[in-house]
Amino acid sequence: MVLYVLTMAIFLAGLYATMAKKNIMKIVIGMLIMDYAVNLMLVLIGYRRDGLPPIMTSPDEPASAFVDPLPQALIVTSIVIGLAMTALMAALCVRLYQRYGTFDTLHMRKLKG
Amino acid sequence: MDNFQLLPLLIAVPLGAAFIIPLAGRLRDEAAEAIALLVGVALVVFAAATIAAPASVYRMGKWPPPFGIVIVGDALSSLMLLLIAVLSLCVIIYALGYMKRFTARPKFYTLLMLMITGMNGVVLTGDIFNLYVFLEIAAISSYALVAFGTEDQELEAAFKYLVLSGVASSFILLGIALLYSKTGTLNMAHLAKLISGAPADRVVQFVMALFIAGFGLKAAMVPFHAWLPDAHPSAPAPISAMLSGLLIKALGVYAIIRIFNGIFTVSGTLSTILITMGLLSMVVGVLLAVGQWDFKRLLAYHSISQMGYVVLGIGLGTPLGLAGAIFHMVNHGVFKSLLFLCSGSVERSTGTRNLKELGGLWHRMPVTSTTCSIASLSISGVPPFNGFWSKLLIIVAAVQAASTLGNVAYVIAGITIFVSFMTLVSFVKVQKYVIFGKLPEKLAAVKEAPVRMCVSLVVLAALCVGLGVFSQVALRKLVVPARDAALDKTAYIERVLPESESQTVMLGKQ
Repeated sequence: MVLYVLTMAIFLAGLYATMAKKNIMKIVIGMLIMDYAVNLMLVLIGYRRDGLPPIMTSPDEPASAFVDPLPQALIVTSIVIGLAMTALMAALCVRLYQRYGTFDTLHMRKLKG
Repeated sequence: MDNFQLLPLLIAVPLGAAFIIPLAGRLRDEAAEAIALLVGVALVVFAAATIAAPASVYRMGKWPPPFGIVIVGDALSSLMLLLIAVLSLCVIIYALGYMKRFTARPKFYTLLMLMITGMNGVVLTGDIFNLYVFLEIAAISSYALVAFGTEDQELEAAFKYLVLSGVASSFILLGIALLYSKTGTLNMAHLAKLISGAPADRVVQFVMALFIAGFGLKAAMVPFHAWLPDAHPSAPAPISAMLSGLLIKALGVYAIIRIFNGIFTVSGTLSTILITMGLLSMVVGVLLAVGQWDFKRLLAYHSISQMGYVVLGIGLGTPLGLAGAIFHMVNHGVFKSLLFLCSGSVERSTGTRNLKELGGLWHRMPVTSTTCSIASLSISGVPPFNGFWSKLLIIVAAVQAASTLGNVAYVIAGITIFVSFMTLVSFVKVQKYVIFGKLPEKLAAVKEAPVRMCVSLVVLAALCVGLGVFSQVALRKLVVPARDAALDKTAYIERVLPESESQTVMLGKQ
């Protein structure tokens, strides 16, 4: 239970950084923290204390002896999606820096809203 | 062709095209455009075929559900597929003319194909994690498309859109993870079976809250709407039409209908939250829209307002309300795409989107002006155009809800009518400043948009009129089956997980 609460705390820390920070690099880092917190949550869901790696070597091993392999497959997918997001965010940050000469969102005010 | 092979093709064909187009584009830009056009036509044919025989389930890799990923077609999916295919084709034809002034056109069509892949996938999939993956495919390609012009404003809007939409994605993934830990399955039919049997507990309520925030952000409902008025106007006009006409529906509203009607049940607190969000979006969206002088920004605020109608219809929880919501979703897709494409034509010919600098285009651009007027009348809910019928359905549904909601229902209906009136006011302003009035001297030499752009304008305007005049046919043939498919949870479960195979389904966490 403590682990779940701590993971949720990491998630909220990432959410705070994303919403409250004015530096776009810090916003990107906040989003990465959120991403990792969700992945960690998925690991926790599949985790079983003293569980074996999910490779069945003999047919009489009960399924409950293994950790749940499905969340691990989900994490791999989620990491790949996160990579695409990160690459795009980094590219946007570079272009924004070239245009404005700053990472501060307070100086990026060409939109009316 | 056998219907079983048709459903995966709707995802595979645009995905394959997205890889072939950049290669073809190395030879000639025209080759890339030809492939995109071909795929657009093919998708319309496939989608029309699924309408003819909607109910089918395709098991990826022959894994029996709930283990493998299933692709589920039903009347609601087919309707969305047809909407996506028709609007995409119109947008591709329009883009052939509009995108001439941009460089790297093959990349534009690649991203467009990826976005269509993602939306078709979201609409078809029967697996909730797979839904998240397709949602991200569509969303990531849309971030890149918003930034396509790489000017200051476009980059800024794309970054804002990316951050808020990325937060929404994290919420949705967290919700999916918690749902998996609760039930031990990702298959949507199996989830529906497990959750509807059990009493609602804290975990399920938390998941619902995460989904409302996540999909509400994707659908730009009012507390979460800040990105839309920046992102939609900044994109090139064909992409604005795709974003406003399709993306917020496929990723936001369709997912809300599918998940909240299919897995959970819309009633009680959930119903109140959806109604409140819908009403807030309607009122705030339209009030912000009235004051705008930027043509595309005004349209973007109206998207928020009109999506409010749809979410209100879903939140009422009555069959009539849901039918109105689905019909309004389709109608809004048609007339909002048309309006954005018209604004693109105006911007391309005159070089400005400021309403104060425009005027009298009636004489110089007859096709754009006529179609723009038709779309304005539709969105304002003037009979006999399509927007009138769907708004009427939602208002009638709101009045009928008086039996459960009491007198609040009349207030809701009143607000709905008021918002419709404000929409009319706002579009009278557009008509006055863009189409009628005096032609400024600067614009004396303005020319009508090229034929290719006009073709898609005329097609969409014809759809607006057609869906209005033949609204009863459209309701009976398309909307009501879709509504029934969305509401009939047991039939959905039975189709994906046939009773005869349920002995093999040994699931649950332990």
